[in-house]
Amino acid sequence: MSERRIAVDALARVEGEGALRVMVQDHRVTDIQLRIYEPPRFFEAFLRGRRYQEAPDLTARICGICPVAYQMSAAHALEKAMGVTPPPGVRELRRLFYCGEWISSHVLHIFLLHLPDFLGHESALGMAADPRLRPWVERALRMKQIGNRLVTLIGGREIHPVNACVGGFYRAPRRADLAAMEPDLAWGLETAVEAVRFAAGLEYPDFEADYEFVSLRHPDEYPLNEGRLVSSAGLDAAVEDFERHVIEEQVAHSNALHARRAETGRSYLVGPTSRVNLNFDRLSPAAQSVAREIGLALPIRNPFRSLLARGLETVHAFEEALALVRAYVPPAPPRAPLPDPPRAGAGAHATEAPRGLLYHRYEVDDRGLVASARIVPPTSQNLKRIEDDLWQFVPGVLDLPHEEATWRCEQLVRCYDPCISCATHFLRLHIARA
Amino acid sequence: MRRAVLIVGVGTTDHGDDAAGLAVARRVGVLLAEPARRGIRDAVTVVEHTGDAAALMEAWAGAQAVILVDAVVSGAPPGTICRLDLGAVTIPSLRHPSTHAFGIAEAVGLARALGRGPSCAVLYGIEAASCSPGHGMSAPVASAVETAARRVLEEALDLAEAADGQSRVGERGVGPTV
Repeated sequence: MSERRIAVDALARVEGEGALRVMVQDHRVTDIQLRIYEPPRFFEAFLRGRRYQEAPDLTARICGICPVAYQMSAAHALEKAMGVTPPPGVRELRRLFYCGEWISSHVLHIFLLHLPDFLGHESALGMAADPRLRPWVERALRMKQIGNRLVTLIGGREIHPVNACVGGFYRAPRRADLAAMEPDLAWGLETAVEAVRFAAGLEYPDFEADYEFVSLRHPDEYPLNEGRLVSSAGLDAAVEDFERHVIEEQVAHSNALHARRAETGRSYLVGPTSRVNLNFDRLSPAAQSVAREIGLALPIRNPFRSLLARGLETVHAFEEALALVRAYVPPAPPRAPLPDPPRAGAGAHATEAPRGLLYHRYEVDDRGLVASARIVPPTSQNLKRIEDDLWQFVPGVLDLPHEEATWRCEQLVRCYDPCISCATHFLRLHIARA
Repeated sequence: MRRAVLIVGVGTTDHGDDAAGLAVARRVGVLLAEPARRGIRDAVTVVEHTGDAAALMEAWAGAQAVILVDAVVSGAPPGTICRLDLGAVTIPSLRHPSTHAFGIAEAVGLARALGRGPSCAVLYGIEAASCSPGHGMSAPVASAVETAARRVLEEALDLAEAADGQSRVGERGVGPTV
């Protein structure tokens, strides 16, 4: 009997700290564990007892890559809890804010973390030293900075922004400041389209899986802040019913919870691939056009081709941002008044973070303090799906030299752009004493 | 003519010792505001930064000399201050986990590869004990902040006074200084 172990002790180019263990016996995979060892984060617990208005800023601290997503899900959920409707114009400004985060996050992953896997380089540093690829690194840095600048203009700063609040924004950016971004956004749109053409010419590993794709879907927009919860298996529900359709559970080998569909008990996929598959007809004209030009076949079932989905969403984000900036009128007032004195209430909402659906639910007491909070980030929803993919993927790489097989597994995990620091929760602990 | 020197404190508040770079930058800002430094403070800019590579590269565009200050983990006792001349050291392999995803080492490496780095760059590292979210700085790191700030300021003033094109970065050597 032969035993073999593939161990990736530290997942590179992945946000947070995780490891992968694959056990193989007699050429048969016997166990796969994606282990998240980043320390549990106590956000759901330490939100309790805080003023509800603090939730957007506190939850933004969960992630340095997608703080806007946390602010948006929190603000929407708490507006439902408080019965507040933001003033006209806030909705558009929030979409623009989100576009900035999508650009920044997607460009980081596509060019600096994911592309090296397809170009024979260990990292973006190798790409920067390669004269053929160096212009792409230069363009990526500029695109990412455009996204960062958009977030800074609207949110006050690029990481952990401070301007979003329950009811809208503390202050609306000036029209002239956003208008000044038009040339950069137009350049970004053109460059993102070129990037999709470039990515279409890459060689992708031959691997497909049978997914249930899950995302939001809006009647006439590509999903960012609003929509119903839909899936490729026919799910169509209000976002408030998320917890009826998804079960989160603790697994022994990980600090992050795993999610599965309540109806089937199976894993599912959230993120750019799911959004594109379920909302292709809502993508911006340039994104749809370049997708047709490269002959993109839908649905995308190859996780490595998620790079293309992320590329199309980058095109969309630039195009939508450009349109929103051109039409921008500062909302006045920038935020709705909140109930005074506060009222008790509960609200749940999901928005689309760069990595996928991000669900928040809050209960607020009659003093305006958070009584309970529930946060389900996209990476914890994808973890079981990643393990399922590995069960299918690993037998195909077992004949490769050990280091190559290990590297291939790591590449598969990177396809999901996992944000492990977002995904770590702390399980409620009950100690029964006799 | 004085050189433009940029001091960048990198880190995150409320993440334990990851706040060390920010604390040093704040302290340098206070020291720089003392009346005795009125004549030179215009040459030195102090900023706080999260460490995002693309933004970091944009932040130091135009600076002739950059001093980065960040928490580091090298195995030295917590609070140890080390100084690296970034023009002289090899950037470590990027196949490692990072909670900044694409951060300071990558920024320095990319800037070097793309020819977009400042003519001289120095890193002051403060050895961290723990960077757990929700915590303040550990006692050894908190007590190293004052020393680090004074050394950073002293070097910044030296760099600002140095004539154009004359790097004095290498003169201080490389490695732990405490």
